Amino acid sequence: MNRVRKYHEALLEAADLCLARDPKVYLMGLGVPDPKSIFGTTLGLQQKHGAQRVLDMPTSENGMTGVALGSAIAGMRPILTHQRLDFALLAMDQMVNQAAKWHYMFGGQMRVPLVIRMILGRGWGQGPQHSQSLHAWFAHVPGLKVVMPVTPHDAKGLLIASVEDDNPVLFLEHRWLHNITGHVPEGHYTVPIGPARIARSGKDVTLVATSYMVLEALRAAELLTAEGIEAEVIDLRTISPLDADAINQSVGRTGRLVVADLGTKSFGISGEIIARVVETQLAALKAPPGRVSPPDHPTPTSPALANNYYPRAAHIVAAVRWQFGRPVDEASLLVDNATWLDVPDKCFTGPF
Amino acid sequence: MDLKPLYYEMLRIRRVEERIATLYAEQQMRCPVHLSIGQEAVAAGAAAALQGGDQVMSGHRSHAHYLAKGGSLRAMLAEIYGKATGCCGGKGGSMHLVDLAAGFMGAVPIVGSTIPIAVGLAFGAQLQGTSRVTLAFFGEGATEEGVFHESINFASLKKLPVVFVCENNFYSVYSPLAVRQPSHREVFKQAIGHGVESHQADGNEVADVLRLTGAAVEKARSGGGPTFIEFQTYRWREHCGPGYDNDIGYRTPEEYEQWKARCPLDRTRRQLLATGTGTAELEAMEARIELEITEAVAFVKASPFPPRESAAQPLFAAHS
Repeated sequence: MNRVRKYHEALLEAADLCLARDPKVYLMGLGVPDPKSIFGTTLGLQQKHGAQRVLDMPTSENGMTGVALGSAIAGMRPILTHQRLDFALLAMDQMVNQAAKWHYMFGGQMRVPLVIRMILGRGWGQGPQHSQSLHAWFAHVPGLKVVMPVTPHDAKGLLIASVEDDNPVLFLEHRWLHNITGHVPEGHYTVPIGPARIARSGKDVTLVATSYMVLEALRAAELLTAEGIEAEVIDLRTISPLDADAINQSVGRTGRLVVADLGTKSFGISGEIIARVVETQLAALKAPPGRVSPPDHPTPTSPALANNYYPRAAHIVAAVRWQFGRPVDEASLLVDNATWLDVPDKCFTGPF
Repeated sequence: MDLKPLYYEMLRIRRVEERIATLYAEQQMRCPVHLSIGQEAVAAGAAAALQGGDQVMSGHRSHAHYLAKGGSLRAMLAEIYGKATGCCGGKGGSMHLVDLAAGFMGAVPIVGSTIPIAVGLAFGAQLQGTSRVTLAFFGEGATEEGVFHESINFASLKKLPVVFVCENNFYSVYSPLAVRQPSHREVFKQAIGHGVESHQADGNEVADVLRLTGAAVEKARSGGGPTFIEFQTYRWREHCGPGYDNDIGYRTPEEYEQWKARCPLDRTRRQLLATGTGTAELEAMEARIELEITEAVAFVKASPFPPRESAAQPLFAAHS
């Protein structure tokens, strides 16, 4: 039976369940118990589980990441939330120098069961410092696990898996996913950290996508059907450790690869994925792999500038068409100011 | 107060550091070392104020803190030599000491970075309802880091069972305190602004260190919250390495000699002799320490290096 829930409800269920199952779990972050409750993902949890286990915190991202880490090695299982990924950058020392290395550099004597949730903003003027997609940075650091669930099902299952993991896990949520709906099983289940998901099967081209771009890739796949091209869409789900096998097997079948990523183009995940494929599947490739990403400059704030910053399904279609030697009308991809593309859907009311 | 065990621990630290300095020339210790010679009283006095189950964290200059808290000498020296028998299996070196059994929970060379982690240990203790106290050792330079202020603010907010022990040796590498902090505001006064009880004391007087730290530990254990203590002391040797660095001209010979005259060991030794301890007993301490160090060095030199294949592991903890 389909149990339809929103993505943010799935996250709330996961946190509630983890708090109920394990007294070592606690949840903290700026705004966790406030009326907006991290876009509803922590709503009512303080009332249910107490102010000691569900708590607000000082605006001290780096210090509080260290506090969470210290409590983790003392036996707790903290979930730390940031309303924007950009704020978590203040905690790079504690995440990269400390949490990522604590298990390794002390010879495996301590464990750091720490989940850090970060929300990636987009649209409605989020601009240069509220919308960065820096999962590639984090994935570059050995010792950190990085997940980016797309479906409500995976959001719940991966959050539970992250809390139950004995290592630092960075849990990245795209703001435009919070209101999507999908089947969410009741009760406890996990989606393992690591394996990618084939979101759609196809034989002609492999589309590997991260986070919100999975939805654009699925739209692109529908559009491509009309052109007689069956695209396979891989939802990466976990960025690190990367499920290179799933990608390679798919490209082995299709011979074509387009990567659609949220991060800016250069030095990103798409380059890594293409490198993995070229290393092992070069002979299978029928065309040079393609990348669909925002350009290498900060996110502009004005809707007139943001309109053409984010790639859409049409850009993915164009990248695929190019691989098949079909004409691509670049000009047709540009959007004028008659339409604002800065909200995920018509129901969106802002301001976030 | 029984000064003998305090003197013994200071002497042990001094002799270990001196042996490291001597052996360093063999170039078998292939990692940076930051020696604590001159600063032994802070480590010995503060650690003596703690109980077995209490925990400690430290920074780059941590040999003294590790030894005073009861960390294994063999495992420390082996770690500095990069041996498999080291306290981190060769993954850490001198700047990453750990001995969980002794309650020495880790040291890292990013200035100030273990302060929030120590506060997190205390937060964990509070959440778990235990009576464990955590003590954070750091230098005065760490009080210039933002994370120090973030950490002490949170400790004050939650009245956490933590003691902040600031070893003020007046230099951050070669940069004197005067170019780093305003002269009209003393180091320890920063904590007062965070609503934390704060003291300043002579860090070369081991009895004072123990007394002040003991009161802070007691207060923390009984739910009274954190205390900050600035202990003023002085590093004799070079910032990093086995030798001396007075020749490069960042501090004056007069200043150095003044501090050497305030040697924490000499002071305590004089007090012991004046109160009836015989020289034979002090010589026996020297002999016992000499034996311990000689045996430890022999153990370390005979220890194997970690196997090549161990370099990649353990990146992640397996599911428990």
